[in-house]
Amino acid sequence: MLLEVKDLSLSIGILRLLDRVSFAVDRGQVLGLVGESGSGKSLTALALTGLVRRIGGVVTGGVILFDGQDLAGLPEPALRRLRGKRIAFITQNPMSALDALKTIGDQVDQVARLHLGLSRRAARARTVEILTRLRIPDAAQVARAYPHQLSGGMKQRVVIAMALAADAELIIADEPTTALDVTVQAQIVMILADLVRQRQIGLILITHDMGVVAQICDLVCVLYAGRVAESGPVETLFAAPRHPYSAALIGCIPREGMAPGALKGIPGGVPSAAAYGDACCRFAERCPRADALCRRTRPPERIEGGMTVACHHPLPLLSAAPEVAR
Amino acid sequence: MTAAAPRPGLLPAVLRSAPVLAFTSWKGAIAGSFLLLLILGALLAPWLTPYEYDVQNLPGAFQPPSLAHPMGTDEFGRDLLTRILYGARTSLSVSGVAIAISLFCGMVLGASAGYLGGRFDRAVMVVVDLTWAFPEILVALMLVAIIGPGTTGTLVAICVAYLAQFTRLTRAQVMSLKSETFVEAARGMGASGTAILFRHLLPNCLGPVLVAGMLATGDAIILEATLGFFGLGAQPPTPSWGGMMSSGSGLLFKGPWIILFPGLCIALTVVAINLFGDALLHKLDIRERVRSA
Repeated sequence: MLLEVKDLSLSIGILRLLDRVSFAVDRGQVLGLVGESGSGKSLTALALTGLVRRIGGVVTGGVILFDGQDLAGLPEPALRRLRGKRIAFITQNPMSALDALKTIGDQVDQVARLHLGLSRRAARARTVEILTRLRIPDAAQVARAYPHQLSGGMKQRVVIAMALAADAELIIADEPTTALDVTVQAQIVMILADLVRQRQIGLILITHDMGVVAQICDLVCVLYAGRVAESGPVETLFAAPRHPYSAALIGCIPREGMAPGALKGIPGGVPSAAAYGDACCRFAERCPRADALCRRTRPPERIEGGMTVACHHPLPLLSAAPEVAR
Repeated sequence: MTAAAPRPGLLPAVLRSAPVLAFTSWKGAIAGSFLLLLILGALLAPWLTPYEYDVQNLPGAFQPPSLAHPMGTDEFGRDLLTRILYGARTSLSVSGVAIAISLFCGMVLGASAGYLGGRFDRAVMVVVDLTWAFPEILVALMLVAIIGPGTTGTLVAICVAYLAQFTRLTRAQVMSLKSETFVEAARGMGASGTAILFRHLLPNCLGPVLVAGMLATGDAIILEATLGFFGLGAQPPTPSWGGMMSSGSGLLFKGPWIILFPGLCIALTVVAINLFGDALLHKLDIRERVRSA
């Protein structure tokens, strides 16, 4: 397993923002980390690279096993050598992810020069090669351009190129398509999917777009208020979501031929981190299936049919097998 | 790839040509040419004029402007143009050097305060805000009083008087830049703290800071002249524009040109520096430059 996160808990000050989050991703796999804003997706990404320490985050429990090595306790210099080299991070907004004063080539070169010790010339050749592979026309020319001369989609590809420059094995992409328009979004998603298959890297895709998840993810992990609601193979989740929250998220995807008004939203909003309850299901306030039990006890994790679901009253399994609570 | 790969260095490649490009606007061209002429005149003064700046010629005192003395002579019969050229040496070098030192120190202080934050930041800012609370001239006067009048005193005084401004500006720039996505992205790619500070933060705040330095040089010339006017600057017989105005102020009706020409010089130089700084500001903004190219 390339990356295995087990029972990761994380606090910033008195706020307990992640509560026993677990997921795993292997080489050649895409894991979708989904959930509404404020559910802890980006925080999880920051935790994986150790960058969360900069904003005062403390891992209070669990392990982050990357290729067998626990990153949670690794000192900063060791983490820094890992970042960009083995684990690359693609930030949310490609429009501002590049330094306006430096050429594209300069910025991509830097990663290979830092981590692979390449000479300036070798690094530039590599940059041009990577840019070409990302279907950037006239890559040598683009390498000499400044960020403001490129479109959003081009910039995002440059950011992806930075992630590839030192042959990272795991790429964490934090909403890589949100700032782009729809046609470009599809292109970027396809590029990422191709990279995973061709180079056998692991990709963690953080998104709130269930459409993208359905398109390229192998595994999905639905986060809600700092806890995993449901996780498992993407086909199973879309065919038969067990957790009412996953079901509601899928219900939010517009489909062709939908009757007007059939598109549903989820009433209410994500609770604030200060109001996270401990001994309850955090989705209970918005859940149509919630009862007194949900407000009193933390739902146990059930593992059934390849899915892990944390719910007292999960939706029925597709095969209608008898449910057994753990 | 035929074009040379960008050279490393603190000053980014895109900023390096800005001073030259500033000449492409008419404002920058006029102001820049004036400043260049002034600097040349100051450097070549001994060869440009047949007169000495410190040899008195009492019978020839108070001559109005003529062909032999384009700006007239002062109360000791010394050629005014000669004294203005030599005075430019004092005024320009003292303010220029003082601002350069002040800019450097301010950037180091401001960048480390802004980047490190915490207790160091607070300690620096207490001192900086304290000096900031007083007008520059007061700070300068106090320092000259401590060090003693003369060129060195003036230099140190100007240096310290503007330190607060540069420190604050750099600190503010670094603080706002360090939370930018591209800095986070660089960190995510494994860049170390020093790499981020020197490769990304400092180059990005260099533009505004350099322009502030340029504009402050104009201010510093006035400050230097003020100290000279009070008799605290360069001591006679070394000419300085402020000192020349001071001696001319008592002779306003006997020889108005004695105060007029140094005054005019100060005013024109300051205006030129401001205009050039303005032209520089536009050329330092890479986005604007490419748009108009």
